[in-house]
Amino acid sequence: MSFYDEIRRTNWTEIEREIENRTAADVESALGAAALNFDHFLSLLCPAAEGYLEEMAQRAHLLTRQRFGRTISLFAPLYLSNFCTNRCAYCGFNSGNQIERLALTPQQALEEGEFIHRLGFRNILLLTGEAPKIASVDYLAGICDLLRPLFPSIGAEIYPMSVEEYRTLIAQGVDGLTVFQETYSEELYGRFHLGGKKRNYRWRLETPDRGGEAGFRRIGLGALLGLANWRVEGFYMGLHAMYLMRKYWKSQVFISFPRLRPAAGAFQPLHPVSDLNLVQLLTALRLFLPDTGFTLSTREPSELRDHLIPLGITSMSAGSKTDPGGYTHPQGTEAEAQFEIADDRTPETVADVIRQMGYEPVWKDWDEAFLK
Amino acid sequence: MDEPLVIAGRTFRSRLLIGTGKFASAEVMKKAIEASGAEIVTVALRRVNLDDPRDTILSAIDPAKYLLLPNTSGARDANEAVRLARLARAAGCEPWIKLEVTPDPRYLLPDPVETLKAAEILIKDGFIVLPYIHADPILAKRLEDIGTATVMPLGSPIGSNRGIRTRDAIEIIIDGANVPVIVDAGLGAPSHAAEALEMGADGVLINTAIAVAGDPAAMAASFKKGVEAGREAYLAGLGRARKEAEASSPLTGFLR
Repeated sequence: MSFYDEIRRTNWTEIEREIENRTAADVESALGAAALNFDHFLSLLCPAAEGYLEEMAQRAHLLTRQRFGRTISLFAPLYLSNFCTNRCAYCGFNSGNQIERLALTPQQALEEGEFIHRLGFRNILLLTGEAPKIASVDYLAGICDLLRPLFPSIGAEIYPMSVEEYRTLIAQGVDGLTVFQETYSEELYGRFHLGGKKRNYRWRLETPDRGGEAGFRRIGLGALLGLANWRVEGFYMGLHAMYLMRKYWKSQVFISFPRLRPAAGAFQPLHPVSDLNLVQLLTALRLFLPDTGFTLSTREPSELRDHLIPLGITSMSAGSKTDPGGYTHPQGTEAEAQFEIADDRTPETVADVIRQMGYEPVWKDWDEAFLK
Repeated sequence: MDEPLVIAGRTFRSRLLIGTGKFASAEVMKKAIEASGAEIVTVALRRVNLDDPRDTILSAIDPAKYLLLPNTSGARDANEAVRLARLARAAGCEPWIKLEVTPDPRYLLPDPVETLKAAEILIKDGFIVLPYIHADPILAKRLEDIGTATVMPLGSPIGSNRGIRTRDAIEIIIDGANVPVIVDAGLGAPSHAAEALEMGADGVLINTAIAVAGDPAAMAASFKKGVEAGREAYLAGLGRARKEAEASSPLTGFLR
């Protein structure tokens, strides 16, 4: 049994119809419930719930503060390689794109890590495209050896691997795994993923299962918002998180909210997600999942990021560079960035804003002594 | 005249212990601790840099005024908890450890098997161990038997503010304990703290209810009063209104 079996018991179109048909009365009944079940959650995703956003936001705020306190964890991404064998219609690393490709040497990765460490971060997220011959397990393990003394917590947002490969990374100090399903609709998934191993919907969908089996402490999931109806996507994110929390009960599950934003010349989202939609998604998920961490990246503009902090966000990246080598050679490398940074404030500025909002920025929330 | 709280031979005037998580800033935390009158302050080892004197949490706690009680929050099994405890001692902390082994990140409930295992190792290693446990009377006795300095049963899940939902089991623990019983988690209001002390608990540990309050320092001060009121009520006789008080023998008294 994996989440693939779970998801096959549902039907995207039926869920969509169900959500679209919910009424204000359903939303009120959901908001009146002591603990939310899937049916209540479905109601909070419906168009009529837009009329209850302030109430949902107030509740999301209180629940998050109760569970996670007045703190926001900070982390930084470290892009190791933008080589990729996949052809994903929306991605800058698409193998069909004629861009400069670069894989950092272990020494260069260490220099980037040292730079990030000097900024104050103790929690780092390693990213690669899907090119196992270049960014192999051994390559990643070697880089982890160098980064471990600097970072008590290392996350990986890399191509899907086997349980055995994940166990190797965990032994090297990687405690978190992030993998976005992009879209939970199997049909749409096929339309956006045109080449490479990523074409295999099931292999990707079962990646968090393999991560849970391997024993990652933190498992992150998400959908690329804009590819499909976000209301249905939101339902499946909630279903996936609940499934993972019940099955891999020792792992902390967290959800990210990457959003495709309309941009000139770039891939245009078929189902644009407005700020209002994003707030509804975030708060509905918070009400349904009070214990799940929510992560927000620098894809979102600074003003919106600040407004979303009290609505359920528990961790943020800051000062991010999404091109390999981007921290130490801001103009020096020609390597393509994965996406446009919309919040380019320094980590210290972001930390100051977090403090002004009445939260403590948390740089370290883990210790290597747990593992070694 | 009340007796002070004595843990592992050390005397404390306050029966309120404070946790340091979830505060908006070290400054807010510091004011709340001062207002609480607490003398024992627990700190999550995963959050602090023990070797950094500028660490915001550690530098806000004056070791001359407070016993800094490191905790193993985040540990999923005995080995991890033991490693963390040893790390703290190696960094110069006193050999006191609040033992938390919580394999489940959702409710943060303590693992009884791993907690007992870790307590055994740490006590042999010379630590003074204060274990966080579910309100399980037999586990409390087992821990006391191997030499823990206290037992710290939960009132309800950490951070839930639900109060003492494990009342019946905590009464049994208090009834049988030869070490201080500190009610550790889920207390959301000063009245919950008072209730614990009225029941005869030796102290309470509060974190979330103070840290996320609108005014943490004012809430800390009110918890101080709640603890004091509960203790005074217990000493005044509430605590004895239990089975011992039913000793009269209306039916068989004539036999004497």
